Amino acid sequence: MKRLLDTASLRALARGCAILGAGGGGDPYLGLLQALQATEGFGPAPLVDLDELPDDSLIMPCGGIGAPTVSIEKIENGDEGARLREHLEYMTGNRVAALMSAEIGGSNGLLPISWAARMGLPVVDADGMGRAFPEIPQVTMHLAGISPSPAIMTDERGNLVVFRAISGHWMERLERAAAVEFGGAACSTEYTLTVAQARGATVRNSVSLAIRIGESLTGAANPVAALISELGAYRLVAGKVSDVERRTTKGFVRGSVLVEGLGDDAGRLIRLELQNENLVALERGRVLASVPDLISVLDSETADAIVTERVRYGQRVTVIAFGCDPIWRSDAGLAVAGPRAFGYDFDYLPVEELAGAAA
Amino acid sequence: MQQLDCRLGIDVGGTNTDAVIMDPADRVLAKAKVACTPDITGGITAAIDAVLRTPGIDPGQITHVMLGTTHATNAVLERRRLRRVAVIRIGGPATYSIRPMFEWPRDLANVVSAGETIVDGGIEFDGRDLSPFDGDAVARFLAEVGGTAEAVAIASVFAPVSPRHELLAAEVVKRELGEIPVSLSHEIGSVGLLERENATILNAALIDVARDVASAMQAALAAHGLQPATFFAQNDGTLMALDHALRYPVLTIGSGPANSIRGAAFLTDTTDSLVVDVGGTSTDVGVLINGFPRESSHGVEIGGIRTNFRMPDLVTIALGGGSVISLETGRIGPQSVGYRLQTEALVFGGAVATLTDSAVATGRAELGDPGLIRDHQELLADAARRADARLADAIDRVKTAKGDRSLIAVGGGSILVPDEIPGVSEVIRPEHFDAANAIGAAIASVSGNVDRIFHIGAGGRQAVLDEARDEAREHAVAAGADPGTVQTVEIEEIPLAYLTSPAIRIRVKAAGALGGLQEQHLQARLARQSRVARQSLSSASP
Repeated sequence: MKRLLDTASLRALARGCAILGAGGGGDPYLGLLQALQATEGFGPAPLVDLDELPDDSLIMPCGGIGAPTVSIEKIENGDEGARLREHLEYMTGNRVAALMSAEIGGSNGLLPISWAARMGLPVVDADGMGRAFPEIPQVTMHLAGISPSPAIMTDERGNLVVFRAISGHWMERLERAAAVEFGGAACSTEYTLTVAQARGATVRNSVSLAIRIGESLTGAANPVAALISELGAYRLVAGKVSDVERRTTKGFVRGSVLVEGLGDDAGRLIRLELQNENLVALERGRVLASVPDLISVLDSETADAIVTERVRYGQRVTVIAFGCDPIWRSDAGLAVAGPRAFGYDFDYLPVEELAGAAA
Repeated sequence: MQQLDCRLGIDVGGTNTDAVIMDPADRVLAKAKVACTPDITGGITAAIDAVLRTPGIDPGQITHVMLGTTHATNAVLERRRLRRVAVIRIGGPATYSIRPMFEWPRDLANVVSAGETIVDGGIEFDGRDLSPFDGDAVARFLAEVGGTAEAVAIASVFAPVSPRHELLAAEVVKRELGEIPVSLSHEIGSVGLLERENATILNAALIDVARDVASAMQAALAAHGLQPATFFAQNDGTLMALDHALRYPVLTIGSGPANSIRGAAFLTDTTDSLVVDVGGTSTDVGVLINGFPRESSHGVEIGGIRTNFRMPDLVTIALGGGSVISLETGRIGPQSVGYRLQTEALVFGGAVATLTDSAVATGRAELGDPGLIRDHQELLADAARRADARLADAIDRVKTAKGDRSLIAVGGGSILVPDEIPGVSEVIRPEHFDAANAIGAAIASVSGNVDRIFHIGAGGRQAVLDEARDEAREHAVAAGADPGTVQTVEIEEIPLAYLTSPAIRIRVKAAGALGGLQEQHLQARLARQSRVARQSLSSASP
């Protein structure tokens, strides 16, 4: 059944996107405001399942790329999505049937919805990550062998660049350089695919999951418990942040956070390692959860996600972990986003086996 | 400038208005505490009258007055005395996807807005034009709204990198509308367009509120034959001269907590400590670093509007001397008897159990008639234990690192604070603790701030750091600081992620003594300041 992304759904979605960001992806606040304004002016965008669309129709994965500092100043015009679509249709000779968020975690979970509302197009209930990751090729479409080309990038002025790169890695390099020329931020589409391809190459139902997450928090007597039950998540620890070590190198935020258990968890000490997102949770050298599974730091009272840049000593937090989409657990998925892809010298084990055994 | 003799410090809080008179050697000569009145000016007048009538005080000695107040926040919350503002955003073709004031509460936007527009222009992070500035579009907009607008707010994309398009727009406003108050975002906020724009609109709307309180205060002083130099306390605990405060009222919107923290620093001659300020209804816990309050890392909300100006980083809990304890359930607050404590608390013969009664029950204070609480001894002692646990929790939350720290307890309700608190090495209770806020206003220095993005050019990093320091210093002098005393008290560099061009955001605070201080006094201040500056510079992050 077709569902409309109305104001209440968008607000719930924003809270869900923050939690699925696993510490990264940026604050969804500006994305939410854009979606709300577009919805007010053009009506709500429909959310559709892939099975509701014809097999050969085209899906445009899209979002913003660039520096967070620039995104909070140079807010989008609003027409970027329409320009990307127009040019993609011109290049492929096919109509775009629906938009898709390349990354549900953080601000990019909402930006495509504002564009879809303005164009009267649906948004598919899927995305390319099921979470947030820092680089363009860290998407499920890459794992499925779909080409990132042609990628299109545009800015608020109407400048537009088409990229044909030999690999996802080259696409990342070229787009990052162009984004700087555009003023530090731009909007883009990569990995265009058909509905038939998308069935096996995306994380399905992630938009409705994010909305359910947000709704489970609204009005709950115990938001953290409500969220854990909604996600089937593992509660790694409830306590306070007792140390934060963070540095910015080559555009990435790296560091670690210590969480000291309180109450039932008194005496426990959990260490989180992060690089934009939360990568690994450790207790006395033992891994409790790791990428590509999701590790989120929540405010213990409200269950709102705390992004890595905002974690501070003394905050009362609950750390949860939950399973990623199975597509990331394949050999190809772990090669792109498993612990070894981030420089760790251990093999991935699913959170169910790690935290599940500890519980 | 007038030679400084005695200063009158005033702080308008939620429950009481405090006033102190201090001599040139920073000794407290007199203090007064009166209940606030609904229109706040009544409380200010009463506090001025009370403190000036203290025996032995010669009102003629008052040469300077410093006022800290939260009245601007209340004006926003109550939608009272707000000007209608024409809002000009410079950033087209970017930024149309979120229009100005989009997320404001509707009723407040209706009261404040005389119309909003987005015109072409704005700056890129690296200093280039986002697009050419469209002055004609500004003129057309002004022709439409000029009849109703009582003030103008102008915000350009990346004004913290360069204010040039805001300045061009201000010229157009002057040409089209003549003398109308104009607020420019680069003078008010930092990076973050919507938050800076919001703060700029609020600033424009609050012009009359600032004028009202200034003229009420001057009338009260004139009634005693006084015409002292007048300053307002800012959110960061420093002062601005009256003419500055009338132009930037939003920068004075939350000066109360900063005044208390600065007052606590002064009264204990400490530059680094935790500070707890217990009032009648609530308790603020903050951190004193290098003689100034630690500021929050992200912006504050005022009346449901996100802003990005900095305020002291506080943990506030609903516990105060007047907090009501239920005799049935033992539940504490959040209701408070407020300024009626002296008549309603049990120890004063009233019928309401309060945390002040708990303080008497646990022997922390000797007030009223302890016989009146004998029946409730156990319940009151239990409430004190629970209040202590909440205070300890708040103190722990405000810390940034492990380890015990000293705690300065100030405010009329600070008798509630126990001597032993987990994580606290010692509780310091200075003399005049109950007037720390007004004292903080009276002893405040004058500051200038810079917070913007600099591009590292041929001169390297050092050249832009020097440029930022000089700019902060100029701002301090413009705000009324004595040029000979201005020093950098805080400097912070924030590298920008995901950018290849070498750019850094630099925040600098420079502060100096009030212009017109006497020589001897100046030397004492200088000595204290240079100590603070040295500590600050050695701890500034690389």
